[in-house]
Amino acid sequence: MKNKENNSIKTVVATGIGAAIIFVLMKFVAIPTGIPNTQINVAEGFLPLLGAIYGPIAAGLAIFIGHTLNDFVTYGSPWWTWVITDGLVGLAFGLAKRKLDIQSGVLSRRKLIWFNIYQIIVNFVAWVLLAPTGDIIIYHEPAKKVFLQGITTWIINSLSVAVIGTILLVLYAKTRTKRGSLKKER
Amino acid sequence: MNSHFLIGYNDKDTFLHRLSGSTKLIGFIAFSIIGMITYDTRFLLGILTFSLILFKLSKISITEVSFVIKIIIAFAALNLLMVYVFAPGYGMTIYGTQHMLWRSPENYFNLSWEELFYIFNLFLKYTFAVPLALIFLMTTNPSEFAASLNKIGIPYKTSYAVEIALRYIPNVQRDYRTISLAQQARGYEISKKAKFWPRIIGNAQILLPLIFTSLDRIEVVSQAMELRRFGQGKRRTWYMEKQFGKADYSSLIVIFLIVLAGVALFNVNGGRFWNPFKH
Repeated sequence: MKNKENNSIKTVVATGIGAAIIFVLMKFVAIPTGIPNTQINVAEGFLPLLGAIYGPIAAGLAIFIGHTLNDFVTYGSPWWTWVITDGLVGLAFGLAKRKLDIQSGVLSRRKLIWFNIYQIIVNFVAWVLLAPTGDIIIYHEPAKKVFLQGITTWIINSLSVAVIGTILLVLYAKTRTKRGSLKKER
Repeated sequence: MNSHFLIGYNDKDTFLHRLSGSTKLIGFIAFSIIGMITYDTRFLLGILTFSLILFKLSKISITEVSFVIKIIIAFAALNLLMVYVFAPGYGMTIYGTQHMLWRSPENYFNLSWEELFYIFNLFLKYTFAVPLALIFLMTTNPSEFAASLNKIGIPYKTSYAVEIALRYIPNVQRDYRTISLAQQARGYEISKKAKFWPRIIGNAQILLPLIFTSLDRIEVVSQAMELRRFGQGKRRTWYMEKQFGKADYSSLIVIFLIVLAGVALFNVNGGRFWNPFKH
């Protein structure tokens, strides 16, 4: 019981500070790819780590809040369909928490490959299926334009998670004490 | 690098500053949802005029927000260009008529009044909420924001998370800058002068310390909050909460009437679009 309460406080704080980090990364850390208006989104790469440590609610809400705030100060008003989709992506990454079990300090190659396949599927469902469909239904934008935007985002976000996300997961796992690393001396 | 980011609360004494944050939040969400759905040009123009009048009332000076406005307009223009390039005949599909301005509908690139009208509508949709968002950001005290979220029904723990985000953005930004300077002093080039890969590596060298210090911060802050028994009660009172006054109730009525007008127009137009071509 005690532990549970502590976890809920941690979720609140992780959501808040996670959102602040996502906001700063979205706003200031953009690595241009050479194609105009496309940049590698570092914030997406931070998401798997946040999800793996603090779970689906923290990751989903953090990206939702961070993205909303960023849209507010960059474009004047949030683009709701994409904000919500991003929130769902965060939620999906958080669901991998138990499977990754990063606190155990062991992150096998197999888990990493599994996670990367999972994230590519999640990003596909989110950016190629959900976000453009939302844009067509709610904003009534031309299908070709939103699908092109969606597919570009899918590729860029998947790459960003594959590179930055994987590096962060591995480095974080290294800072954890490995389970069973202590032996009783005889 | 981020001197332009300084759109934030600015304490002045106007009608809008005195309104409760909850009222402004409800107004912003209500307008942005109805404006997102409707394609009625008259309604969008009306709501844009309304928000510009409010902007005038809020006494926000244009110089304070000019940089942000320029970016917003550039973004909108780029998006509209994309809409045109990918579907030049989309306006005609929607409105069902063909009033050509340039070339015939058989050509891929053509221009019709319908397309222009559709793009104009999109432009209104991209921009009408901007003055409202700026008003909301610049007349609402961030400390009151969580109280407002809680008041409109968001659980207090979620509201508190938003509050923490607003509170820690400046800290994370400062950390980012400090780490960036330290890494540059060690020889990582991250400016535009650097090539693609060195720049990525340079950025990664900032990212790691930034994220790991922030994870530590999450531990410290949550322990501090636990010591102060955060999350023990079912509800929470807020120091900065503003009580609803007469102005709030009358504003809510006005907001409700405007949204009602927007919904009524769906019936009048028989759908989301107002079609001036069908006569």
